[in-house]
Amino acid sequence: MKDIIFTIETNKKIAKNTYEMVLLGDCADIKCGQFVNLKIEGFYLRRPISVCNVEGDRLTLIYKVVGQGTEVMAKMEKGEEILTLTGLGNGYDISKSGDKPLLVGGGAGVPPMYQLCRELVKMGKAPSVILGFNSKDEVFYENEFKALGANVIVATADGSYGVKGFVTDAFQMVDYTYFYTCGPEPMLKAVYNKSVTSGQFSFEERMGCGFGACMGCSCKTKYGNKRICKDGPVLEKEEIIW
Amino acid sequence: MVSLKTNLCGIELDNPLIPASGTFGFGYEFAEIYDINMLGSFSFKGTTKDAGFGNPTPRIAECKNGLINSVGLQNPGVHKVLENELPKLKACFHKPVMANVSGFSVEDYVYTVKMLDSEPQIGWFEVNVSCPNVHGGGMSFGTSPEAAAEVTRAVKAVTNKPVIVKLSPNVTDIVAIAKACEEAGADGISLINTLLGMRIDLKSKKPVIANKMGGFSGPAIKPVAVRMVYQVYEAVKIPIVGGGGVESAEDVIEMMLAGASAVQVGAANLVDPMACPKIIEDLPRVMEKYGIKDLKDIIGGAH
Repeated sequence: MKDIIFTIETNKKIAKNTYEMVLLGDCADIKCGQFVNLKIEGFYLRRPISVCNVEGDRLTLIYKVVGQGTEVMAKMEKGEEILTLTGLGNGYDISKSGDKPLLVGGGAGVPPMYQLCRELVKMGKAPSVILGFNSKDEVFYENEFKALGANVIVATADGSYGVKGFVTDAFQMVDYTYFYTCGPEPMLKAVYNKSVTSGQFSFEERMGCGFGACMGCSCKTKYGNKRICKDGPVLEKEEIIW
Repeated sequence: MVSLKTNLCGIELDNPLIPASGTFGFGYEFAEIYDINMLGSFSFKGTTKDAGFGNPTPRIAECKNGLINSVGLQNPGVHKVLENELPKLKACFHKPVMANVSGFSVEDYVYTVKMLDSEPQIGWFEVNVSCPNVHGGGMSFGTSPEAAAEVTRAVKAVTNKPVIVKLSPNVTDIVAIAKACEEAGADGISLINTLLGMRIDLKSKKPVIANKMGGFSGPAIKPVAVRMVYQVYEAVKIPIVGGGGVESAEDVIEMMLAGASAVQVGAANLVDPMACPKIIEDLPRVMEKYGIKDLKDIIGGAH
C-alpha cells in the first residue's frame, strides 16, 4: 500500500454515465485485480475504484457516476491532482487460468477484466470475454478487448446490441477452462450457478478504509470471515457461501 | 527542544498519540506503511470472549465530515486474538499496548481480561462500555452509573494493570458515569466513543446502514468530545484519554487543554493511514507556534 499523488491526464465520457480517467503517477505497487482509493475534495471517505489498466506510470480507471462523489470526479480536468492509495486488495490469481480462461464483466465490473485480459494474452492464453450491459448506450471497451486479441461477446439485457439477455445467456457460445468475473451481485450469483469450472469473483462493498483496518466490509466465507478490501476483493468460487 | 512526552496511569508515553480501537486493527496493517513504534501506543481491536461476525453489511455510511459505522464488535474472540493476532502485533510493535475489551455480560468482561492479563505487552485495559452497535451489551453498561461501576469493579478485581473505562457520549450526564467508574476503582477514563447516528438513502428511501443506526465519528464530533473531556476533567482526579474527531496537531493540543493526558485518533486513520505520523511530525511546530515547551504542562490548561 502506498499513498501517492496522481495527476489527471485525461478524463472523458465513454458511454452513458461512464467515464474513463487516465492518471499519471507511481504505479509500481499496483497488481491486476486490485483497486485504488481516491481522495476527492469535499468528501470524507475515499472512493474505491477498480484498476482497469496499468502501463508504466499510466493508471486507467473507468467509473460510473452513481452518486455525489463520482459526479465530482466526472467534472475533474487534466492537470488536477488526486491523492490515491494504491496496491489495495488481493487481486486475481492468474496462474489458475488454464489455456482458455473466460472473463465475464458486467457494467462497472467490466474495467478490471481489461488488465486481466492483457496479462493472460501476454502469457499466451486464449481468453474469451463476455461483457454485459443493460443497453447499447452503456457499452464500452468492446474494441479495446478485441484489440488485445480476445474472443469478445457483448450481451445487452434489452437486446439493443449483441446477444440479447444476460452474460450467462452467452455461456453456451464459449468453451473455457476457468473463469474470472466482476459485476453486480445478481450477475455474480448467476455466473456462480451457471459456470461449470472453478473461477474467481471480484466483489464490491461499502468500505470505510479500504485497507483492512475498520472491518466495515466483512463477509462470511466457507473459510471464515474475510474483509472484501484486504482479503478480497477477489474470492474463489469454492469459498463463497451462496 | 519541545517535549512530547506524557504519562498515562504511571506508564510514560513518547507522545500522546494513541490510535483508537476499531480503526487500527492489531497494528500490522499500518506497520506496512510506517514504523508504528513512533506512536505513543495504540488501542487494539475490541476483543470479546467469543468470536463474532458483527452486524450485517452495509456497515459504513459517509457523512459530512465523518462517517457512521456499525461494525458491531467483529473480532475473532480472545483465544484467537492470543493465538494469532498478538504474535503479529508483537512482531511490529514493541511498546505497551492498550487492550480494548468488550462484553455482553459482566462475566464476559472478566473472562476476557483474565485471559489477556498475563500478556506482558498489555500496558492498560480499555474497558469499552460504550459500543452503540451491539444490543444487550456494549453501550448498555455505559449508560448507567451503576452498571458502569459494576463492570469496573469486576474487571479491577482480576487485573493489576491500569483499567481505563471508555465511555459513551450517548448519555444525559457523562460526569455521573465517570465519577461512578472512578469510585469503583478505574485508573482512567477514555472518551468519547461514537455518537449514535443515522443516514437515509434518498434513492432506496431506507437507512444506508443495514442495522439502521450506527456510531458517528470524525471531525464533526470533536466539539462534543472536547466538551465532555472538559466536564469530566473537572469531576475526576484520574487521567483522561481524550478522543473524538482528532485529525491534527492543533486538535491534540485542544484535547489536552480540555484535560486529556493522552489523545486518541480514530476515524482519521481510516481516511489517511499516515494521519498519526503526520500529527506527530507536526506537533513540535504547532507547540512552538503557541509557546508550548512541554505537552505535560498544558493538560487541563483551559480550566
